[in-house]
Amino acid sequence: MAVLTFMCFLSTYYNDDLADVNIKVGSVQVKNVADFTTTRERKDLAIINNLGVKVDLSQVFNWNVKEIFLYLTAEYSSDVNALNQVVLWDKIVMREDAQRIDIPSVDPEYYFFDDSKGLIGNENVTLTLSWNVIPNAGRLPRVQGLGSTTVKLPSTYAHSSGRI
Amino acid sequence: MKVLEQFEFLDDVRRMDARQVIYQFLNFCMIVASALMIWKGLMVITESESPIVVVLSGSMEPAFYRGDLLLLTNHHDEPIRAGEIVVFKIKGRDIPIVHRVIKLHEKEDGTTKFLTKGDNNRVDDRGLYAPGQLWLKREDVVGRARGFLPYVGIVTILMNDYPQLKYAVLGCLGIYVLIHRETN
Repeated sequence: MAVLTFMCFLSTYYNDDLADVNIKVGSVQVKNVADFTTTRERKDLAIINNLGVKVDLSQVFNWNVKEIFLYLTAEYSSDVNALNQVVLWDKIVMREDAQRIDIPSVDPEYYFFDDSKGLIGNENVTLTLSWNVIPNAGRLPRVQGLGSTTVKLPSTYAHSSGRI
Repeated sequence: MKVLEQFEFLDDVRRMDARQVIYQFLNFCMIVASALMIWKGLMVITESESPIVVVLSGSMEPAFYRGDLLLLTNHHDEPIRAGEIVVFKIKGRDIPIVHRVIKLHEKEDGTTKFLTKGDNNRVDDRGLYAPGQLWLKREDVVGRARGFLPYVGIVTILMNDYPQLKYAVLGCLGIYVLIHRETN
């Protein structure tokens, strides 16, 4: 049993688990509102409408893959922080699920709050889709999908009456 | 000797002389020492204070279930990134938590603060952190998940749930090693 498990791990050790990714972005808004998730200070919040995700994971699934944890990350730098990474959306894809993911507009799961005012006018927010391969036994590689989308955020705040 | 005769398996012990008894005892010490050396060696290689952890909760299902085993590393030159599964400790709690990083802010000088969440939980971990704590820091991290082995840790869970079982298993192993005579 142990030997079999080890062979299972060895047989997939050299896979790169890569796939092409297509991320589409509709309209984008930036607001400056109280961040109720932390200190209620006013912080920049970006809202991305019609965020589309397309990836074919069937080539990533092999016999030593139990689950793929898909996550969409926004990455940018701001005056306060050299690097910010915010996961906007994630999805658990099991072996028996549809392995071709094509969602025209994902339901955002997490608020895209900055740590201060780093989103307004930020012209270089990179959206990437990555995945964490969960094997039956073996390594837990994290892979960034091939292809990313850069978003230019507007330089004026959208009107907001203090709420999101 | 009458009593001993009833236990055939003790024949080995009876036939031993003092030298052999000492030898068996040293052998036993050697096994304990080797186990300790392997553990401490892993600690050095992985730079983690606990290189192997058993998953104790269902908060990362369906990736990890109770009783699965995780191999950790904690190399300090590798920065933490979003999407990674980290094992962290909260002040005032003994049991470390295995969850995923979902938000991260890194300053110019490399200091980071980040937020975690269990895949199977609906909300992030701020409710689990110490009162008033909003972010985790690098020093809260015990290790980062690098390898996965299913089911193996269930033995540990059973032993923790039923301490008698732990003593029984350890006792049996100890007795076996001590009375089993090497054939030479």
